[in-house]
Amino acid sequence: MTIVSAPSGVEAGGVILEAQGLVLSFGETPALRGANLSVERGEVLAVMGPSGSGKSTLLYCLAGILTPDAGVVRFDGRRLDDRSEKERSKLRRDRFGFVFQFGQLVPELTAEENVALPLLLGGLQRAQALASARDWFERLGLEGMERHRTGEMSGGQAQRVALARGLVAQPDVLFADEPTGSLDSLNGEVVMDLLTRAARDQGTTVIIVTHEARVAAYADREVIVRDGLVSSTASATR
Amino acid sequence: MALLGLLDREPSHGYDLKRDYDTFFGRGRPLPYGQVYATLARLARDGKAVTGETEPGAGPDRKRYRITERGRDEIEVWLSEPVPAEPHLQTDLFVKVVLSLMLGRPAEAYLDAQRTAHLRRMRELTELKQRGDLVDALLADHGLFHLDADLRWIDITAARLAALAGEVRA
Repeated sequence: MTIVSAPSGVEAGGVILEAQGLVLSFGETPALRGANLSVERGEVLAVMGPSGSGKSTLLYCLAGILTPDAGVVRFDGRRLDDRSEKERSKLRRDRFGFVFQFGQLVPELTAEENVALPLLLGGLQRAQALASARDWFERLGLEGMERHRTGEMSGGQAQRVALARGLVAQPDVLFADEPTGSLDSLNGEVVMDLLTRAARDQGTTVIIVTHEARVAAYADREVIVRDGLVSSTASATR
Repeated sequence: MALLGLLDREPSHGYDLKRDYDTFFGRGRPLPYGQVYATLARLARDGKAVTGETEPGAGPDRKRYRITERGRDEIEVWLSEPVPAEPHLQTDLFVKVVLSLMLGRPAEAYLDAQRTAHLRRMRELTELKQRGDLVDALLADHGLFHLDADLRWIDITAARLAALAGEVRA
């Protein structure tokens, strides 16, 4: 079994995440059938594939949200299944960030409170957490919207808030599942541009699941998931 | 037609037209001077542009060209007409897939290689878009959307290869 790994041209750091022989079925339906993947630290990787190919399942296994029936995921050299659920939960909170298709913001909170959430959950004091959150608004072109409820925002604005929430705690890895899936082309481009720039600035590794080639084109590399297996395609040019 | 359009802004020397053409439309393929002057001569011959008097001074480019009413009418019509919406059915992509299937060669491997090449080019264009100004971004987007359309076609063709093989070998 060959591991689909990052090309040698990718900068820095060695492998941060690795999946070997992942198998996972939902009932009788196989989603992953021996998927292998290796992700370099600081890399922006796009995971592509048709609907139902297993790409989101792969993402959730890498993030420790789903546990595979067989196979191993290693983060920073250590197996996820060697850690207790409490440790995995701490890992997801402190070292991973997430962006989903529909933002999944908390509508009762203001935009800045939404962004500050990972910091508050990590134990930072409220004033400090909100101050860090506010730093993101100008960067994302959302100045003046800090106190807006996210329900009052457009889809594109809300997704930028979700992006800030995913990156505010400076995670090692940002997992993004169809982050532009609910947006029109222009807003999707804005979100991808901001996401990749911000992640590269702070050295966050990004794994983006997408079925859109124009989204994948923001990545350093893409892999394609077909029938629960991963195949490599292009190499990095950045 | 692009040169005639640029001339519609104001009377210009061939040099100015070439410079602006290269800036906005050339994108790595600058227009040769010979082609600029040949085009201007043709426009003048066809009554779409006229030359003013040759200006004094050094250098070969002392003629200033001005668009005529006829030239302006032509630009107006051209700008309002849509480009024919070509289905691209006879492109190399299609020919390669069909011929591969006819000859029993691995069409899927070709489609994978083509997908890789398309994605690589899309990455380059995206980098250009992120680095450049709005003109760069719009040109890059034009390329990106076309490549994206090809990729959708590649994906759907890959999913239908078995059925297509049946038809072309029948």
